[in-house]
Amino acid sequence: MTETQQKAKCITLKGSAELVKEYLLYGVNSILYQRGIYPPETFEPAEHFGLFVLMSTDEKIKGFLNTVLGQIQEWLTQRKVQKITLVITNVNTKEVLEKWDFKVDYEGQVSNGANGNKSNGLPEVGTKDVKLIQREIREVIRQITGTVSFLPLLDCLCSFDILTYTVPDCGIPKEWDETQPVFIANSQEVQLRSFSTSIHKMDTIVSYRNV
Amino acid sequence: MSHLKYIKEINNLTRMDETIKGPLPRWQKKCLETSNSSVNHSINTSRKMTNGSFPTPTPTPTKKNDTRVKKTPSKTSKKSPSRTPAKTPSGGDRFIPSRATTNFDLGYYKIQQQTNIEKNEEKLDNASPSKREMQRLMGENLHGGDINQMRVLSYQNKAPAPPEGYQNPLRVVYSQSKTPASIKASTRYIPQTPDRILDAPEIVDDYYLNLIDWSESNILAVALGANVYLWNAATGTIEQLLELNGNDYVCSVAWIQEGPYLAVGTTVGNTELWDCSQTKRVRVMNGHAARVGSLSWNSHILTSGCRAGQIVHHDVRQRDHLISTINAHAQEVCGLKWSPDGKYLASGGNDNMLQIWPSVSTQSHTHTQPIYSLNQHQAAVKALAWCPWQNSILASGGGTADRTIRFWNCNTGACLNMVDTKSQVCSLLWSTTYKEIVSGHGYAQNQLIIWKYPAMTKVAELTGHSSRVLHLAMSPDGTTILSAGADETLRLWKCFLPDPHKKKDTSEIKSVASRLKQSIR
Repeated sequence: MTETQQKAKCITLKGSAELVKEYLLYGVNSILYQRGIYPPETFEPAEHFGLFVLMSTDEKIKGFLNTVLGQIQEWLTQRKVQKITLVITNVNTKEVLEKWDFKVDYEGQVSNGANGNKSNGLPEVGTKDVKLIQREIREVIRQITGTVSFLPLLDCLCSFDILTYTVPDCGIPKEWDETQPVFIANSQEVQLRSFSTSIHKMDTIVSYRNV
Repeated sequence: MSHLKYIKEINNLTRMDETIKGPLPRWQKKCLETSNSSVNHSINTSRKMTNGSFPTPTPTPTKKNDTRVKKTPSKTSKKSPSRTPAKTPSGGDRFIPSRATTNFDLGYYKIQQQTNIEKNEEKLDNASPSKREMQRLMGENLHGGDINQMRVLSYQNKAPAPPEGYQNPLRVVYSQSKTPASIKASTRYIPQTPDRILDAPEIVDDYYLNLIDWSESNILAVALGANVYLWNAATGTIEQLLELNGNDYVCSVAWIQEGPYLAVGTTVGNTELWDCSQTKRVRVMNGHAARVGSLSWNSHILTSGCRAGQIVHHDVRQRDHLISTINAHAQEVCGLKWSPDGKYLASGGNDNMLQIWPSVSTQSHTHTQPIYSLNQHQAAVKALAWCPWQNSILASGGGTADRTIRFWNCNTGACLNMVDTKSQVCSLLWSTTYKEIVSGHGYAQNQLIIWKYPAMTKVAELTGHSSRVLHLAMSPDGTTILSAGADETLRLWKCFLPDPHKKKDTSEIKSVASRLKQSIR
């Protein structure tokens, strides 16, 4: 296989991390809109992956997402993230109402584990077509949109936060801090479709309070 | 003697509860041993030689022999101190416990304590790994991995909270509401031609009279000139109830809410009460100086309005029937209706006034002032109808110069709505099946109009009368409207047939009809 062929057909570790980050960005924006956490007039439709996704126009939210997801993308390339959790809490009571888990699995983990140094140093190459990956992502985002039909109404002021579950030897960047994991007592879980870039495999699970 | 002594000794030996002389504490023994070791030795040896090794003080059945043998050597050394040391070693190297010194309770406790501690330690050692494993597994399930192998990080500059007072717009999606019936387009079929036409010869063409009434028991009373006829809508039979003499004619008829009693107002100012089941006049009540053109019942109270403008309340049960007389209007009272809940009386007069009166059920019947005096109509107010589903809503229609239907809230006296019908409003009736109201009109089309309430959009116009529609009446099941026209016809319009899709609503109405065991043919 020549290098040009690789570029045309395949996906690098960097590209995979970027795709995952984009998925997270659109997924989180879609959740924020679909669950009615922020006023719908602060969202604008944008086409991504051949799908209209409503993206927040609020500068603060955009800034927050860019910073957090940018850092996560970096960790994804270093294979340090295990899970990303979007937490929706009641502003007044601080009660966790809903939780979206994006679990990351690193495919081909065995070979990486054997010689971790090598994988860190060299950009890995996946075998999956980008078009195919995008189609998979599209289907997951469609499913996120469809969750409105079964998730309970968030009938209070809600805010969101993104928690990142990383490996223990992960350094803490500036303005980041360690927190406690969150739980929803008596929760109901629904696993959505998962997609894979052949490097990163993402599982999306939504947990909500069982009313 | 020796024999007795021997028995005593045996007793001493066998009895355990007495102070035991036998086994001495070890320290005593040791002392003794050291002191008379020589003696012991000698004895021991002698003993051994004589009877070998014998278990010492154990009371065995073979003791007799033993002791006897034992005794013999003891004779040499008779004293008791010699006996004890002699006995102890007699077991050879056997250990004889001394109960006196052992504190059993304490010992038992100490032993138990020890074992308990040991057990607990064991438990801890055994249980904690499994417990730890369990905790680990639970943690893994909750966190999707071993939390100890993880770090939970979050960015410290949190995303902003939504604006204060913001409400989730999805509430609309989750809450459901019925579309109001009035918005729904009417799709039901309303026959444009009357179901039936009856002749009404000699019906008085007078706007100010009220000549037809349809009873709960499905009997229609029609006043034609001097006669009152009863038409049984179920069987179709016609019966003449009464005929007035001379030039008198019947000015108004009104059925009591329940029962066979019909009130008839006459030109001479009397109000007659008829029992229609027996075709018999029950009583005649005076009180007016002019013709009684309008009547209305409120349980036992019959209210009549006359040409002179007075309204009289009669208590039909009492000999002294006159409760009160009110000078209500300056001209003839042509519309008179009690509200369904009996709280208000609406009266309309030729003086273009619409008055709302309070109930007379209170003991003091001195209410000569109306609650509301409404003067918006520009012509005589004859058509009056109370809304059957909203107690305080009254619809009123004006005459030729006015041509409007107005809706009033009688709690506030406010005019809720007004619609210009372009024609004299002779009569108004609310539908009990639909949220609709039907009005009867005069010149130019002499039609009936069915209106959607409260939108007041026309649902249907029923034409057919060749002269103005004077009166309207509704069948007790609410399906049929009867219109009495000045063209001497009575027309039956089946315009409120229940919607087959609204089964629940109709079943209720039907049950009423079936209870009456009557239907219109």
